[in-house]
Amino acid sequence: MNWNAWLPLLVIVSSLLPGLIIFSLAEQSVRLRTMLNLAGALTSLALIGWMLWGVYHGQHYELRLALLPGLDLVLRAGPLALFFATLSSVLWLITTIYAIGYLEESPHRSRFFGFFSLCVTATIGVALSGNLITFLLFYEMLTLTTYPLMVHRGTEEARRAGQTYLTYAVFGGALLLLGTVWLYTLTGTLEFTPQGFLADLGVEHHPALITIFALLIAGFGVKAALVPLHGWLPQAMVAPAPVSALLHAVAVVKAGAFGIVRIVYDVFGVEFASELGVTGPLAWLAAITIIYGSLRALSQDDLKRRLAFSTVSQVSYITLGVAIAGPIATIGGVVHLMHQGLMKITLFFCAGNLAETLGIHKVSEMDGVGRRMPWTMAAFTVGAFGMIGAPPIAGFISKWYLGLGALDAGQIWVIYVLVGSSLLNATYFLPILHRAWFREPSGSWPEERDFGRKETAWMLLLPPVLTALMAVGAGVLASAPFSPLEWVRFIAQREFYQP
Amino acid sequence: MSPAFSYALVGVGLFSIGLYALIVHAHLLRKILAINIMGSGVFLLLIALAKRTGDAQPDAVPHAMVITGIVVAVSATALALTLMLKVAAATGRAELPKEEQE
Amino acid sequence: METVLTDIPWALILILLPLGGGMLCFLWPRMARVFGLITAAGVMLSVVGLGWQLLKNGVYHHQVGGWGAPLGIDLYADGLSLLMLIATALVGFGVSLYSIGYFKPEKAIHFWPIWLFLLAALNALFLSADIFNLYVTLEMMGLAAVSLTALTGSREALSGAMRYLLATLLGSLAYLLGVALLYHGFGTVDIALLGQRVEATPYLWAALGLISAGLLLKTALFPLHFWLPPAHASAPAPVSGVLSALVVKASFYILLRLWLEIFEPIVDGEGIETLFGLLGVAAILYGSVQALRQTRLKLLIAYSTVAQIGYLFLAFPLAAAAGVTAWSAVAYLAISHALAKAAMFMAAGNLLQFGGHDRITGLDRVVQRLPLTAGAFALAGVSIMGLPPSGGFIGKWLLLEAALTQGRWDLVGVIILGGLLAAGYIFKVLGHTFTQAEVTHQSTEVPAGMEWAALLLAVGAILLGFLAAPLLMLVGIGDPFGISEIRS
Repeated sequence: MNWNAWLPLLVIVSSLLPGLIIFSLAEQSVRLRTMLNLAGALTSLALIGWMLWGVYHGQHYELRLALLPGLDLVLRAGPLALFFATLSSVLWLITTIYAIGYLEESPHRSRFFGFFSLCVTATIGVALSGNLITFLLFYEMLTLTTYPLMVHRGTEEARRAGQTYLTYAVFGGALLLLGTVWLYTLTGTLEFTPQGFLADLGVEHHPALITIFALLIAGFGVKAALVPLHGWLPQAMVAPAPVSALLHAVAVVKAGAFGIVRIVYDVFGVEFASELGVTGPLAWLAAITIIYGSLRALSQDDLKRRLAFSTVSQVSYITLGVAIAGPIATIGGVVHLMHQGLMKITLFFCAGNLAETLGIHKVSEMDGVGRRMPWTMAAFTVGAFGMIGAPPIAGFISKWYLGLGALDAGQIWVIYVLVGSSLLNATYFLPILHRAWFREPSGSWPEERDFGRKETAWMLLLPPVLTALMAVGAGVLASAPFSPLEWVRFIAQREFYQP
Repeated sequence: MSPAFSYALVGVGLFSIGLYALIVHAHLLRKILAINIMGSGVFLLLIALAKRTGDAQPDAVPHAMVITGIVVAVSATALALTLMLKVAAATGRAELPKEEQE
Repeated sequence: METVLTDIPWALILILLPLGGGMLCFLWPRMARVFGLITAAGVMLSVVGLGWQLLKNGVYHHQVGGWGAPLGIDLYADGLSLLMLIATALVGFGVSLYSIGYFKPEKAIHFWPIWLFLLAALNALFLSADIFNLYVTLEMMGLAAVSLTALTGSREALSGAMRYLLATLLGSLAYLLGVALLYHGFGTVDIALLGQRVEATPYLWAALGLISAGLLLKTALFPLHFWLPPAHASAPAPVSGVLSALVVKASFYILLRLWLEIFEPIVDGEGIETLFGLLGVAAILYGSVQALRQTRLKLLIAYSTVAQIGYLFLAFPLAAAAGVTAWSAVAYLAISHALAKAAMFMAAGNLLQFGGHDRITGLDRVVQRLPLTAGAFALAGVSIMGLPPSGGFIGKWLLLEAALTQGRWDLVGVIILGGLLAAGYIFKVLGHTFTQAEVTHQSTEVPAGMEWAALLLAVGAILLGFLAAPLLMLVGIGDPFGISEIRS
């Protein structure tokens, strides 16, 4: 019995099992539920850490299960897979703590945490998928498990937002399915292969391949909030803050972006994709999304909606990096998966704190809140500056590499997009910071909860501070041996380009 | 045209008449009678075609089929009549209610 | 031990056990629930035994009473029969478990004997080897099904049952007329022999037309589906489950068998497949749109059945060039739909009992108050929508594969659209399970057995998504689809 084959499955089970058990727990068994949640998160992290160590030393972790005659379900823990899995696991742990604090005394917590764990299972499954069909399976599972969290509050508004989400997601899933089956009928395989497996197909198949590429990108683009498929994301903000934070800022959106990464690098191969001519339109689409998202963010007064449009914009940096089709740009795009995750989740945590503690939902209500909630706003400031791209925070590193990559590939127009987008980011983030720190509070807060002398509950305060520190660390220590940047360099070298 | 063949034609004719009656008439008893006539038509066809080998002995298999068919028809008719009575008791008329558009 | 297992005539047991059980339930009504559950469990074990037997010895052939064809009755089991028997056994067990809690004593007295008789008829149908025996078992099944439909005694149930009875009798008679013509034309009722003897004579064409028409009516393929929604929606919940899951599949099974063995080699390329395909497309679109329009849950589920049956017929035009894939898809869709639809109707029955009504907008926070039922409906819905992982997904994948390799973009579009529409009506229901209804009704408690029965069948539909490789291998025993190459 090869122990190595079972590790990927164990990671998935470590979040699946607690989730299923939590469903059966009574509302009041807070301690047991918390223990299960944390145990699952820590186990998952430990197993991923073990596999990280193993992969660094050349070990191979793969599990295959026959799905259909000739087609397997494959879980494989390669460097890229582990990169995304680590992000998901770490953020799961932190968000669990946040969610426990946020949802104290809320109804239906067992249901919430049960589905929450299932979402994480789906996300890690997406990360560890070794071929397109496995990816599709977990990707659709993600849709199914995030839906109950979206409609968790049970209001009519939530139900309708859930319907919108589903309309987009199911439609995207249908496109994905079509593209996947079509690809399978052309090639007979769906394995993620470094540098792709389509280059050997004859030229007569190229139109079909281009259509398949469009289908797959559209399918992933729904979750990755690529314009014009992004409409569900701002409406999804009706969900509770932990959901918006982890899922819509990280898991769901990144799963879509991760899918695009896999398609371009491990299905088509970035060189073949450029040959086909599909990377150009993809880059344009990404650029349009980047600018459009930022423009829409400018006009939003609701804080979460502003952050949602910011997500729409920021996630497309990843797509842009992928589409520029050069090694340096690749690094910038892929590392932004982690960087953006850290920064965005910080921002959403802070937004949740403001809402929970002071009843603030709108930017216009944020005057002077920096004095009342200094730590929260400090973390928010870090996240905001990271989004703008100010050194030494992680966002700067991604943008730097994207810019360099664009220069390297001869695509100067991308630099204009990057600069323009940074300016726009500043335009909708800096006023928030100004209001928070430099204005006087305008009377009492909409709905204040009393925490005594403390700023807010420690479970709400610790997560954003932690993730903000991690965002700074990822930037400052970018050249250190195990930083995200070095990791992505390793991946790009090994997997994406001819050695 | 041999006698057997004309019997067969009558059988098909009965089947068609029964089918027409089943579709056109609204009263349940007429529908049930129509089904029975259709059944009789099929049985007639089976028996008529049983004399196919040219031997003195007719083929026994269709006879066995017809007997089985008659048994089935009797049970089905019994069930249908009971149901019809129940429908009549419940709705006041021995007819199927018009299809409601949901 | 092994020889003992393979020597037992499992096929005979499959028919006689429910018959005996039904008899016992009739004689001892008070013990009916116990006998019923034991019989259902016995059927499941016998199917396992039969499967084992088929794996070891290949197809199973048995002459009842020692008298062979044409006067005797032959039993025949190959991979396709086995698949249908598995579906019957699983759904049968689930329904039996569910019915223990569902029926009040005065209804239960009538339910159990007729239900077990229906189970016997289904098993006998899937084991039949000649077209006349198929007629007999078809009628047995139909009469039992009609009786069960009328069980509640309400106005809707009685008129739904009456309509169903008339439709099913019409279908059977058309089928019998076709049988008569086939016998007259080719001198045998045995399916295998017929397959060898048929030629394209007028008898064959007339028989094909009559048999197809009769069976299409019984399978409720658009536009002959009119009897299905009233019957399936007004029957008691477990009965609705059996009707949608198994009874309509039985007539489809006969059509499939006769098509594969007798008709297809002769009429290949004459347009019948295209007709079936067109009707299937119409069924999918019509059924799904109608399901979306419904305000009551059981009617929604019934129209969903109309749509899902359409998928089965899409395989006919595709089978000419991609036989293995298309027929495998049919097999998988049939068994997945059986499990998922039975689970759905059972969940609907739970909701009906819980709230006293089945209005979709009035589902009051059911996800919290009846989580197992809501979960069952959701999981069953996943299979119906064809989302992974589920049996429905495997079937959809295979169907898409068959269509894409032949460039049938029209069918590809319909399959994708059907899935989207299904998502529409499934999530419409699920969305309302989260919200509060405007008027909260008094709720009645639902027995745990009923919730678990629904959930178990739904989980089964999901698990089918992982068992495609072994199951497709089983279906291939005896090469029912007439394709000898092993799918790589």
